[in-house]
Amino acid sequence: MRAFLFLICPLLLFLGCSYLLPFLGIMQLSFSDPDPGLAQYRHVLSDPLTLSVIWRTLRICAIVTVVSVIAAYIITLLWVRGRPLVRSLTELCIMIPFWISVLSRAFGWMSMLSNRGLLNTWLKDLGLIDASLQMTRNEFAVVIGMSHYLIPFAVFPLATAIRNVDERVLTAADGMGASRLRIFWQVFLPMTASGIIGATLLVFVFSIGFFVTPALLGGGQSVLIAELIYLWIFQIPQWGMAAAMSVILMIAVGGILVLLMRRYGEVAK
Amino acid sequence: MASTTQIEVCSIGKKYGKFKALGDINLGIAEGEFLSLLGPSGSGKTTLLTLIGGYDAPSSGRLLFDGQDMTNWPAKQRGFGMVFQGYALFPHLTVAENIAFPLKVQKRSKAQIADRVAQMVEMVGLSGHEAKKPTALSGGQQQRVALARALAYEPKVLLLDEPFSALDKNLRGQMQEELRRLHRDLGTTFVFVTHDQEEALALSTHIAIFNHGELQQIGTPEEVYERPANRFTAEFLGDINLLSLDGSTGCLAETAIELPKTIAGQSHLAIRPEHMRLAADDDAIQLPVRLRDRVYLGSKSRLLLETSGGEELMLYLDNDPTDMRPGSELRVAWDARDSFAV
Ligand SMILES: Nc1ncnc2c1ncn2[C@@H]1O[C@H](COP(=O)(O)OP(=O)(O)O)[C@@H](O)[C@H]1O
Ligand SMILES: [Mg+2]
Repeated sequence: MRAFLFLICPLLLFLGCSYLLPFLGIMQLSFSDPDPGLAQYRHVLSDPLTLSVIWRTLRICAIVTVVSVIAAYIITLLWVRGRPLVRSLTELCIMIPFWISVLSRAFGWMSMLSNRGLLNTWLKDLGLIDASLQMTRNEFAVVIGMSHYLIPFAVFPLATAIRNVDERVLTAADGMGASRLRIFWQVFLPMTASGIIGATLLVFVFSIGFFVTPALLGGGQSVLIAELIYLWIFQIPQWGMAAAMSVILMIAVGGILVLLMRRYGEVAK
Repeated sequence: MASTTQIEVCSIGKKYGKFKALGDINLGIAEGEFLSLLGPSGSGKTTLLTLIGGYDAPSSGRLLFDGQDMTNWPAKQRGFGMVFQGYALFPHLTVAENIAFPLKVQKRSKAQIADRVAQMVEMVGLSGHEAKKPTALSGGQQQRVALARALAYEPKVLLLDEPFSALDKNLRGQMQEELRRLHRDLGTTFVFVTHDQEEALALSTHIAIFNHGELQQIGTPEEVYERPANRFTAEFLGDINLLSLDGSTGCLAETAIELPKTIAGQSHLAIRPEHMRLAADDDAIQLPVRLRDRVYLGSKSRLLLETSGGEELMLYLDNDPTDMRPGSELRVAWDARDSFAV
């Protein structure tokens, strides 16, 4: 036991230096710069502009979470329960994004969605539209980009749950005359609830802190919390506000996690 | 009991790739019968049950139901009740919802469903547990839910795949009792898979014995136990004493004991331990043996014996005070009609 503690020491030291110390610094900033006390928090939570950013972040993250989890569910079904060829192709599609940086992916989507991008060109060539559709620098682009990034992360908790479904239960339902639709909605889906909850949590918590994708694809038109903090640090220095916002973000994410884990802990194991 | 054949299995075979899981199976199941499919693990029992239920298609042969060819009917069209190995309950539904599921599928009215569920819960003795999830139940209770769910829509045939294999011995005995009672009360045809010969003997009206995907014998418990068709059946159905036969003389090997019936082409004489006794002076057959061990079992003792040829025998003795020590020379006897050649 002693040896174990001794061996784990470097890690604790590293985590302490690289996370705890800066965090304490941020806490201190948030209560002192420029005014001591709760002034920064009060401002963050009352300023209409800031509130609209918070609200937009929650809304976009909720949409991204729903889109990602639904898409990931379909992909996972193909991956776990598809024919062998479908399985290997899907697996490739799940893995490839992990090898591409978030920056390249954002640029990829920009060249795909921009006014003179691939999609608009195709649509025009096919004669489906006359003028370019505005598909970047808005929430649509942000949702697409963020979902694309997050889907693979949602796949893994879903895959675990879907693999654990006892085939005999489905066979039993089929033998009782249940239609495929009924089996899916009333048997299969509820039996994978733990995976759905896990994936939802993971994606939502991840999405709240997103910076690069919304900054690039939103083009400053749909600023989210992380970008706002960035602005407050590098563009219009208000470090105390940035710190207060960071602390709020952390508490919110931590709070959601604890709440949901309490609520669904037994289901999600 | 009117014994019209309800299900007929005609030359059914099943292959998984090149592996032959079931040979050429022929058997009939009468209405209201309690048929056990008995055999060691991997002998093809589940495979046959699955084929009868319509959950898989045979590679060859036909299945008839009341004379109609049902080979290509899917499971839902056959409408048999099935208790799967491991129960296959819906883990996210309560006891009542599990039982109600097949009834909802049949689009019965709410009131009808509630009535029927209450009736089934009562029948399997789960009153008070209606709102529990399967994980909150013991193995025996889960077993009852599976039974209730399978019987809820009054199927003509109930298929059960090793329903008691996960239960401890006491509970298994109790559940066997209840299954017998259910069968008696409902008059439904039961097809029951088990690898436990005692269970099969105790419950069934008929037993079909399988080994390596082949049907070895089918008959009433008495028939298969008293008159096994072959050595596998004889050994599988319980303890048995086997004595080598001398093919040329028709005698027991290395003895001059001539057997009343000439037994051509068979290698062993078989006698169940309960039909063997210590010889009295007037017994026709007297086989000398040596006592190897005596095991006290409470109500009786088990004697382990050895013939001069080194073959092991076993018999049961009601307790008596005679002091027999290992090594004692004894003689055993049996009635010729209780022995059979295999
Ligand atoms: N889906 C399957 N694919 C390949 N082999 C199978 C399959 N199902 C069963 N088998 C094989 O068929 C044989 C009989 O299996 P089963 O009917 O389950 O035996 P039992 O129920 O008597 O234990 C076994 O050797 C088993 O490995
Ligand atoms: Mg089996």
